[in-house]
Amino acid sequence: MTIPETYTSIIPLLTVLVSLAAVPLILLSSKHENLREFWTIIASFIKFGLVVIFLLPNALENKSAVINIVDIFPGVALALKADQFGVFFALISSGLWILTSFYSIGYVRGAHEHKQTRYFASFAICLSATMGIAFSANLLTFIVFYEILTIATYPLVIHKETKEAIYGGRKYLVYTLTAGILLIAASAWIYKLTGTLDFKAGGMFGESVLTPQRAVILFILFLGGVGVKAGIMPLHSWLPTAMVAPTPVSALLHAVAVVKSGVFGVIRVVGFVFGPAIMSQFGLNNILLAVAGFTIIVASFIALRQDNLKRLLAYSTVGHLSYIVLGAALLTPAGFTGGMLHIAFHATMKITLFFAAGAIYVNLHRENISQLNGIGRIMPWTMGAFTVSAIGLAGIPPINGFVSKWYLGMGAVQSGQIIPLAILVLSGLLNAAYFFPIIYTVFFRKGEKLEGLGEAPAIMVVPIVVTALLSVLLGIYPDLFFNFFKLASSIAASIVGVK
Amino acid sequence: MNLTNNSPVLIPLLFLSTGIMTPVLAMKKEWLARWIALGASAASVALSIFNLIRVINVGKPIHYKLGNWNPSLGIEYVLDHLSAFVILVINAIAFLVLIYAKKSIESELPGKEVPYYASVLLMLCGFNGMMITGDLFNLYVFLEICSLTLYGLIAVGEKKSSMAAFTYLIMGTIAGCFYLLGVGFLYIKTGSLNMADVRAILPFMLDQPAVVIGLCFMTLGLGIKMALFPLHGWLPDAYTYAPSVSSALIAPTGTKVASYVLIRIFYFVFGITFVSKTLPVADIISWLAVVGIIYGSIMAIAQKELKRMLAYSTVAQVGYIGLGIGLANPFGLIGAVLHILNHAVMKACLFLVSGNFRLKLGHSNIFKLDNTIRKKMPWTMAAFTIAALSMVGLPPMAGFFSKWYLALGTIEKGNWLFLAAILVSTLLNAVYFFRILEKVYMKPIDSQSSNTHEQGTYHDHSVKENEETVKRDEVSPSMLFPTLTLAAALVVLGILNAIIVDGVIKYIIPKGL
Repeated sequence: MTIPETYTSIIPLLTVLVSLAAVPLILLSSKHENLREFWTIIASFIKFGLVVIFLLPNALENKSAVINIVDIFPGVALALKADQFGVFFALISSGLWILTSFYSIGYVRGAHEHKQTRYFASFAICLSATMGIAFSANLLTFIVFYEILTIATYPLVIHKETKEAIYGGRKYLVYTLTAGILLIAASAWIYKLTGTLDFKAGGMFGESVLTPQRAVILFILFLGGVGVKAGIMPLHSWLPTAMVAPTPVSALLHAVAVVKSGVFGVIRVVGFVFGPAIMSQFGLNNILLAVAGFTIIVASFIALRQDNLKRLLAYSTVGHLSYIVLGAALLTPAGFTGGMLHIAFHATMKITLFFAAGAIYVNLHRENISQLNGIGRIMPWTMGAFTVSAIGLAGIPPINGFVSKWYLGMGAVQSGQIIPLAILVLSGLLNAAYFFPIIYTVFFRKGEKLEGLGEAPAIMVVPIVVTALLSVLLGIYPDLFFNFFKLASSIAASIVGVK
Repeated sequence: MNLTNNSPVLIPLLFLSTGIMTPVLAMKKEWLARWIALGASAASVALSIFNLIRVINVGKPIHYKLGNWNPSLGIEYVLDHLSAFVILVINAIAFLVLIYAKKSIESELPGKEVPYYASVLLMLCGFNGMMITGDLFNLYVFLEICSLTLYGLIAVGEKKSSMAAFTYLIMGTIAGCFYLLGVGFLYIKTGSLNMADVRAILPFMLDQPAVVIGLCFMTLGLGIKMALFPLHGWLPDAYTYAPSVSSALIAPTGTKVASYVLIRIFYFVFGITFVSKTLPVADIISWLAVVGIIYGSIMAIAQKELKRMLAYSTVAQVGYIGLGIGLANPFGLIGAVLHILNHAVMKACLFLVSGNFRLKLGHSNIFKLDNTIRKKMPWTMAAFTIAALSMVGLPPMAGFFSKWYLALGTIEKGNWLFLAAILVSTLLNAVYFFRILEKVYMKPIDSQSSNTHEQGTYHDHSVKENEETVKRDEVSPSMLFPTLTLAAALVVLGILNAIIVDGVIKYIIPKGL
């Protein structure tokens, strides 16, 4: 492991601002659809390019780009720091944004969605906020972007403006705003205790100022703060409700930005606020393990009972997010590595599934699994990709889901705990139990009224196939793109402190 | 005559002279009144900036002897970081509202421009005097000047406003009496009316009942003036029925000036040890403030008239300031002073928006708002949205940061209940603001047929038609400019709050806090 270095650079700020700069352009060109979408696409490419070209190579050498924008509190700046973990998350989000953008264009036009300008503008702000979250150098900056993300997602959740959508939006706001205030309380308290708000690999408590009672309360405050977006039970229920949003939004919520910001926050809190030492000293990891284990199992059981495809996927997301939380709770290098890999890998798989659900909806206007008999034959590409991802989520090789799960399992072994391992195995079975019937339904049942219907438009199908292909390739060779594996294990080492 | 040396006295003098002259000068030419008011207000902003810079450069309070009489005999004006800062806030807000005022006054108060502007100028004279004076009795005089004009500014509104103004008159007079009685008690004991003198003498007689009673009376009087729960009774009616411009002028400024005086009395006359350690006055203030925060927010949710909702929200927001004052620690005080600024900007912006509604829609009833307004007044609604987000306390808007300082203050104090109250009020604020945002930015729910979700995403054509046929009907640029400036200021003030705190507010914290 190389020694962490920092250098001043404006690139992280640019990465955040690119999509923000696209917002006025999107709003101004609301009358010209193609021009408007052009801004989205161009911004997504620039953003991804900035991350890959400028930040990634340095991050691999453990050099972090740092920029202090302006003091927003005496002694605490609105500061961005593209450390390895930040770059890792930024890579996933910005990369998948490109695919989501293309797909969105196909979807909103295919489904004749209204207020498309608002849709694309909110989308762009969301991505800016996500980059901000990824690069936040301290808790206050994190809160700022976290809340911006909350607000920018709201117009997307209520996009359809139906009763259900408005109800879903309200629920979303209540949950996320509550989370926001818990986070504010926790951060203010941390500042009082430590006098700093800067994230630090291995924890920000220099000498222990915590008593057991304090530590538990503070941790629960933080967990409430980041846990809502991470969908840990019992804070998850906004997620299935928010499924009323258009499908690309669900994909964004589930794979690219929102919930991933939540689990990103969990790892930040575990690894960069408390640190493994404090976590195990006060038994905080056990709290986290219990919550994550409970969520994985219960969410999988609930998913078994769903007929609505998107709701099933939502509960599946809830379960898989807790894989990541579980990985962090193990406090071992392999656990962190597995958790972080799962951020990336779950993203590619889940986005495929949502894209597929959206393609089915646009093409056939069907949402329930019981209506999907035989559609695999008319939409082979879409459903093929769906199958690949479903297999991956169940943790079967050679899909990337297997890799992350393998490391999670190793993490459990490293920590010497048997229960997490059992949870992982059981959950794999449950995943198979809720996905395989769908695969059976779409390919082997005889369908009705499917004459004359085919695949969705290419602009939607191509992203689906690409994400599925990514899942397979990353499963075979995790370091193939952008050294995901190398980054993840390096971050894990920096948190745990192994040389 | 050296203008620089006399700068502390110039603003009150300016407003006093223009206020008295306006009715005479504008007798024949009524349009002149507006320009006099605007000119005086602009000059006051320039002078306030000059004063603030002067204080920052000098780095310590500037004492100005009125008529060159020595303080214990004559009146002294004191320009320090606190007074210079709050004066600038109040005058800048007043200036923006005055730019806005023309059309709104013409439509709501036809033919009354001249006395209206004259009263506004006198009110500003009173505010500025209250803030700059270093003399307890002189403060009372200015308090009465501005109270009298306030009653008038409120009473000219719609039908029910005279009753509201009467209530305010009674309450305000009682408040004035309490304050004056308190000053009397202090004078008997200390023999001085000068704040600095009193401050120097008081430590030797803090155990005397008369001093304690003096403090209680003054606090009570100021509590009524700043509408601290449960002394807020006059406020909702007064703000609701007053003309839009009056509401926009008074809501951001009136309660803030009283809060300022409370800070002055607590921290610079009695000393914080006395009000927080010897007597639990500061504690009582913060408890009342916390109850007020929750009460005001809940009452705001229950309102159907936008102005009334904003009035109750003011009760809650004054609670934030009261809480900060009562916490009696540096973060609390920073939060309170910063919130004087932030809340003034937010409330001014929101009241201007309600004024825009009244002008263009003829009402500001929340239940009658719908999604056509979004098309009609996109800029007004954008300003409203920003101000609402700031009121809820979402970063990077200004409102978040005052809340952040206050949260730090409550943790410093170790009172978790206060922290919880601040944070819960975030959610309550969200309820009453998102309620409106939902109405304005979304299709009305009742117009949707019950089978909407089967139709999926295909829209309801009748609603869409209605939405698209609406023509843009935004208010004039002279009204839009102040509204948008205030909204933009919320973002800027939020991001640059550390500069304000480091440059000005830090120096306000008295030694030993």
